[in-house]
Amino acid sequence: MIRLDNVSKVYKRGARPALDGVSVEIERGDFVFLVGSSGSGKSTFLKLILREERPTGGDVYVAGRHLNKLSAWRVPHLRREIGAVFQDFRLLPNKTVYQNVAFALQVIGKSRHHIQSTVPEMLELVGLSGKERRMPHELSGGEQQRVAIARAFVNHPPILLCDEPTGNLDPGTSVGIMRLLDRINRTGTTVLMATHDDEIVDQMRKRVIELRGGELVRDQDRGVYGLERV
Amino acid sequence: MRLRFILGEVLNGLRRNSTMALSVVLVTFVSLTFVGSAALIQMQIDQLKDDWYGKVEISIFLCPESSRNERCAEGAVTTVQEDAIRDVLEQGALSDLVQEVYYESREQAYDKFVANDSDGIWSSLTPDQMQPSFRIKLADPEKYQVVADATEGLPGVDVVRDQREIFSELFRFLNAATIVAAALAIVMLMAAMMLITTTIRLSALSRRRETEIMRMVGSSRSLIQMPFMLEGAVAATAGAGLAVGGLYFGVRYLIDDWLRGSVTWVQYIGAQDVWSVAPWLLVIAVGLAAVASLVTLGRYTRA
Repeated sequence: MIRLDNVSKVYKRGARPALDGVSVEIERGDFVFLVGSSGSGKSTFLKLILREERPTGGDVYVAGRHLNKLSAWRVPHLRREIGAVFQDFRLLPNKTVYQNVAFALQVIGKSRHHIQSTVPEMLELVGLSGKERRMPHELSGGEQQRVAIARAFVNHPPILLCDEPTGNLDPGTSVGIMRLLDRINRTGTTVLMATHDDEIVDQMRKRVIELRGGELVRDQDRGVYGLERV
Repeated sequence: MRLRFILGEVLNGLRRNSTMALSVVLVTFVSLTFVGSAALIQMQIDQLKDDWYGKVEISIFLCPESSRNERCAEGAVTTVQEDAIRDVLEQGALSDLVQEVYYESREQAYDKFVANDSDGIWSSLTPDQMQPSFRIKLADPEKYQVVADATEGLPGVDVVRDQREIFSELFRFLNAATIVAAALAIVMLMAAMMLITTTIRLSALSRRRETEIMRMVGSSRSLIQMPFMLEGAVAATAGAGLAVGGLYFGVRYLIDDWLRGSVTWVQYIGAQDVWSVAPWLLVIAVGLAAVASLVTLGRYTRA
């Protein structure tokens, strides 16, 4: 589903590379944690998959596409296969919960009929039935993140990228979000989640990829956050 | 769905940025009014040329009895000289350029003169003091100089006069007016362009969240950029509409209601000429918005 072959990324000529010779393969339906301290290259890793950035060296394959060779006008098609969730939710403050989720379908040209049948389904999946007409500021952090997940997943992309999705949430709320992501993963969706949250990683016992200084230092099935704790 | 979405976004953007949008409308309005005025002045000039050049003639004045002109030192023109001149005009190389030659004798010139002299101031004149002349209608009025050069030196010719000289001053004035209008138009168009650029940029910045999400979920670049482009285009087109309206009422009140009644000897342009300029003003407005969009959008809504 996602494959990086000896990928390097240097932002500024002469600067330390953000990623250095990273090779990773993530299969369809995997749940993978991407861990590492700030500046370890996690964000760059995700940006390469979303093709917000291009690699300086090596090859990136996502959903059967060779991203090095993907022309700019095909990028939107790639992004429709990847849902993305962020730490800061990125909801539209002047739209309701329903409108926020529907927006993702509107702007890729889905029919009104399709939107009307899909959005309530999705809100039910994330546990927000009955809150369709709320505005984002009327929701708790956890609920806002659920809206963001609904928006990312409403088009049923085969890949879900999560960048610190629990970073702004308290531990109790985070557990709920992780359950939701686990449920989405069980539908066959590949989930790649960058995180700092050691408790969650330790609890979930999923595959862990660790970056340090742009290098891949660990790729472990059923891993925990820090090696020293094994 | 997409169309509704785009139109909704355009309306939203215009509402959110209403003062900017209004300034774009007004600046395009003023600049395109100048462009249109320049075009209309040129059309008026063409109209006058067509109208007047068809009527005016070249006059070859022949030597009178006594003249201070040294070409006429030998006295009045003789019949032989007159025939020679007529031959040059009708049979020589000039015959292609000349449509009609008409001879005005001293007596005819005198009669005309007396007819126009209702006060009788010049009643002491006699036909002998008048100049005979050839009046020539040219096939192509622009070829005046050729005919003038060829006839000016002939014996018996006093002076060759192009009646168009009377109008050339007026045309020079109108041409200068065109240049002034066009120069102002260029300055205003530049201002309009910069304003549209700023408007689009502001609009793009204020909608950064939306465009960011659109990018993320895989909207096509055209769908992301279309609302901004249309916003500029709508405002510019509204400005063009106002300019067309302004020109139309200008022509109606200045020319139709005022000049046409008081200065009657001129053929004026009319409202239908405004309509022929209008599409070009629209094209300029839309082109302006398109260029401004291209310059701006690449930077503010990347794919």
